[in-house]
Amino acid sequence: MSKFTKKKGGEVPAVNTASLPDIVFMLLFFFMVATVMRENSLKIQNQLPVADQIEKLDKKNPISYIYAGKPSRGYEKYGTEARLQLNDKFADINEIAAFINSERNSLREELVPFLTVSLKVDKDANMGIVGDIKQELRKVNALKINYTTGKGDALTNID
Amino acid sequence: MAKRAAPEVNAGSMADIAFLLLIFFLVTTTIEKDSGINRKLPPMEESEEDVIIKQKNIFTVLLNGKDQLLVEDELMEVKDLRKAAVEFLDNGGDGTCTYCKGLKDPRSSDNPDKAIISLKNERETSYAAYISVQNELVAAYNQLRNRRALEIGPQKGFKDMNFVEMQANYKDVRFGGNKSKLKEVIDQIKVEFPLKLSEVQ
Repeated sequence: MSKFTKKKGGEVPAVNTASLPDIVFMLLFFFMVATVMRENSLKIQNQLPVADQIEKLDKKNPISYIYAGKPSRGYEKYGTEARLQLNDKFADINEIAAFINSERNSLREELVPFLTVSLKVDKDANMGIVGDIKQELRKVNALKINYTTGKGDALTNID
Repeated sequence: MAKRAAPEVNAGSMADIAFLLLIFFLVTTTIEKDSGINRKLPPMEESEEDVIIKQKNIFTVLLNGKDQLLVEDELMEVKDLRKAAVEFLDNGGDGTCTYCKGLKDPRSSDNPDKAIISLKNERETSYAAYISVQNELVAAYNQLRNRRALEIGPQKGFKDMNFVEMQANYKDVRFGGNKSKLKEVIDQIKVEFPLKLSEVQ
């Protein structure tokens, strides 16, 4: 009755690692598809208007981002008017100067004149806040700005 | 002859190859860039003496708090703004502009170098409307510059390339042509159609 005798040497067989590359590939593809780089987490609504006469923002030059828009859900206590966001927190208009200076300090000196300020302003915001931002930027001599927009027909902005 | 089982391929190094690819893609992947309308703000120190500009050389664009557009004191739709701005810039009223194709109306701008577009908005103006107007004004300049680029480009060896493409090529590291020559052409067009857009605070 040798059929029913147990095999000798009940060692655990080695785990087959042939599928390991498949798993790595799967991860690779997942990250390739899903990666979205975001520097700040937004606390405001930020739906950019669209335009078609746009230029790409050169990543070779340093860029600082200024966000503005209505506080998004969960931040209603900050009001319903458009607010400013610098880095990760709400800010006042007069904090822009300090923000730009700290951005400049973190740069190599030769790159400072090339600092571009990208204004990411929600399309429902009004020009008051944008005008204030521009005025503050002029005070600290940060004159290169970019109205960051999406791509599309500009005439569809106004409805 | 006994049947021999096919030898198993050693798949141990497959993971290394996959990691190599992973690192390659990590390094070479460029994430979609932000894009938008570039602007230069005027510096803070303002010159004391006021420059006197003839009224006919100023193209006033006013965007009020209700997002209504007032161009040269007349109500206008945003979609007509581009054409109106092109007509104003391209007018060439004093006849010194040899490359203008405008109406040469003496009541409109003298030449593109003197023509200034003045954009005024109110605090209540919506940002979306402002961007639309900015976009149309930039489009007007680009339209004229593109036209000029197609005129003088072929003489300098840049055939069928409009101004926007020239600028893109100039920035592109992979562009094979003569970059210094391209820069000359771009600068010449920029001098011929200077972007003079002043914003009233």
